[in-house]
Amino acid sequence: MADYDHIPTLKENIDRATVDSVLSLDVDKYKYGFETDIESDMAPKGLSEDTVRFISAKKNEPEWMLEWRLDAYKRFLTLTEPTWAKVHYPQIDLQDMYYYAAPKSTPAPKSLDEVDPALIAMYDKLGVPLREREILAGVERPNVAVDAVMDSVSVVTTFREELAKVGIIFCSIAEAIREHPDLVRKYLASVVPVSDNYYATLNSAVFTDGSFVYIPKGVRCPMELSTYFRINEKKTGQFERTLIIAEADSYVSYLEGCTAPMRDENQLHAAVVELVALDNAEIKYSTVQNWYPGDKDGKGGIYNFVTKRGDCRGANSKISWTQVETGSAITWKYPSCILRGDGSRGEFYSIAISNGHQQVDSGTKMIHLGKNTSSRIISKGIAAGFSDNTYRGQVSAHAKAKNARNFTQCDSLLIGDTCGAHTVPYIESRNGSAVFEHEATTSKISDDQMFYCQQRGLNEEEAVALIVNGFVRDVLQHLPMEFMVETQKLIAISLEGSVG
Amino acid sequence: MTTPILEIRNLHARIEEREILKGVNLIIPPGEVHAVMGRNGSGKSTLSYVLAGKEDYEITEGEVLLDGENLLEMDPAERAAAGLFLAFQYPIEIPGVATMTFLKAAINAQRKARGEGELSTPDFMRAVKTAGTELNVDTDMLKRPLNVGFSGGEKKRAEVLQMALLQPKMCILDETDSGLDIDALQVVSKGVNALRAANRSMLVITHYQRLLNHIVPDVVHVFSDGRIVESGDKDLALQLEAKGYADFDGAAA
Ligand SMILES: Nc1ncnc2c1ncn2[C@@H]1O[C@H](COP(=O)(O)OP(=O)(O)OP(=O)(O)O)[C@@H](O)[C@H]1O
Ligand SMILES: [Mg+2]
Repeated sequence: MADYDHIPTLKENIDRATVDSVLSLDVDKYKYGFETDIESDMAPKGLSEDTVRFISAKKNEPEWMLEWRLDAYKRFLTLTEPTWAKVHYPQIDLQDMYYYAAPKSTPAPKSLDEVDPALIAMYDKLGVPLREREILAGVERPNVAVDAVMDSVSVVTTFREELAKVGIIFCSIAEAIREHPDLVRKYLASVVPVSDNYYATLNSAVFTDGSFVYIPKGVRCPMELSTYFRINEKKTGQFERTLIIAEADSYVSYLEGCTAPMRDENQLHAAVVELVALDNAEIKYSTVQNWYPGDKDGKGGIYNFVTKRGDCRGANSKISWTQVETGSAITWKYPSCILRGDGSRGEFYSIAISNGHQQVDSGTKMIHLGKNTSSRIISKGIAAGFSDNTYRGQVSAHAKAKNARNFTQCDSLLIGDTCGAHTVPYIESRNGSAVFEHEATTSKISDDQMFYCQQRGLNEEEAVALIVNGFVRDVLQHLPMEFMVETQKLIAISLEGSVG
Repeated sequence: MTTPILEIRNLHARIEEREILKGVNLIIPPGEVHAVMGRNGSGKSTLSYVLAGKEDYEITEGEVLLDGENLLEMDPAERAAAGLFLAFQYPIEIPGVATMTFLKAAINAQRKARGEGELSTPDFMRAVKTAGTELNVDTDMLKRPLNVGFSGGEKKRAEVLQMALLQPKMCILDETDSGLDIDALQVVSKGVNALRAANRSMLVITHYQRLLNHIVPDVVHVFSDGRIVESGDKDLALQLEAKGYADFDGAAA
């Protein structure tokens, strides 16, 4: 239904002429009131109110969602880019980007023969099935359909049906906005407010993809939920939005990403992930992140600026983040937990590997608000090549967080002399009963260890991979089985060329 | 004459400008066990490191052949794959890497280097179990990170276990007996003796004649100031035990 009465008040900043011309057009087709042809696959270049309207229209969103996005956009205009992270990159020109279905800046490869041989070599080592490679490498007209790769529509349908039997909702965020508006309105931005930070605000205005999960009271999700099973709209958005809600006494384990590197045309990725755990609920969120880090000079790599936050809203609820980070040119990421419910628990297990010219600034925040809350942080940073790897962590206890407990262990491993590792802990306690422990180590792979392994027959790269896998063992153990095995291979590959 | 497993000719090596090996000559034919005894600091471990290819040393003169092949041209991993094994005097800790994982990685790395296929997990498990039982290494220890928190004796047993699994041509045991209690000495010696074979040779570095009652050597060498100054049969060890090294100092030609 056209709602053109509404338009002039909604967008006071748009000049009268535009509004008039919109109003004079076919109302149904242009019900969202902007100039761009919505049949087009591309949003106008740059960030504007029109872009926001275009995206919302493309997604067939209800009016309330459009307003929500426009509100975020207005707030965004008042913000400036943060500079506190220890990463350096050329200024990102937000007006020089596309926010929906960007045209390819370089022509897509026509077959695997035209794909960067380094990428093919990596697929070999990871054992990526042949039929999946064309999709991952972004071949123009792959011989298989995306949904065939994602284990065919029927499998996904069966999968969703099985979940539906126990009342679990697992769908794209766009579908959730249309089909489950009450849940979305109740929880969206309830963990990461629209105005939380520069990238989160930007995401709120222009997000285009992401997952929605709802686990009803008392239900233990019978399988690991993986983005792999959710049919993505053809292009993975650069601005993803994920919302996971676990009702009282429920449990869910969610896997994001995959070990195979994906070619992606988008330079900037700014996702927002929100988790809500109610009384006694548990959410386990695991990520393996292996975006194309760029060529050997770092060109073409991805900037990954993510806001991930879990809210332990209910008593005795638990949220744990486990992440393996290897890709991206620049990573800026701090999965956090708000420990609001009494007796709630937050965990953060992280492996961050940087090589070449990669820059990683990652860590976590544990905000203790409730009584008897506890948190545990285990971070393993591995830096090689010319990379820079920073752990930034904050642990705080509110005055009411009686008996809050935190244990943090932060280990860095340096490979070679040209990389850097840094640990930046912020600890803040506003009550005397809180006990926070922090341990940090920085080590190097010793020549003696290398020689010992080589004496047993391992070559330099095998020796480094083995030692690094040992270094990250405490974290690996927290990954679901399938991710664990793949991650060990991925670690070896990420560190290739780091010695000798 | 059959090709010796190990042949060292006039080997000189230095570390940080200081010459440690000053002309080592040694030939070990297939199947023989040679013992090396010598004062602290005389260069025994240095010899074992140089043979295994540790980077820190500069070889200024000499030649080493492993089963007829130029050993000094190979990198350490190639030497291992070619059949050279060193049981370290001070085994190194590898945190987080389960002993079992390490063993499997080592075996498969060597097989790969020799162009052989990976050992299947059941075959590997069987081999580990057999070797472990023989050396009194229980499965619990195999699950622990390699050498981390192992007692001195456990470390030495783990070294011999690796040797048994890797089936090398040339075994160098650097003071494998030090730190072993009486029972463990028996067990380890039994394990080493079980590995004696017509096509496998051993160089056993020790300070104690007692070990040589268990692992009876074909030849005993006295090492002094960077070279071998005397060689003889197993009775030479008894002689050393009685008189000490004084008689042999400066005896080299
Ligand atoms: N990095 C180094 N720099 C200088 N000198 C070294 C270095 N490493 C070893 N050495 C010296 O080389 C000499 C030989 O040492 P080596 O460890 O080979 O002796 P060893 O015969 O094995 O003694 P032990 O019976 O005590 O084990 C010693 O004097 C030692 O101090
Ligand atoms: Mg020594």
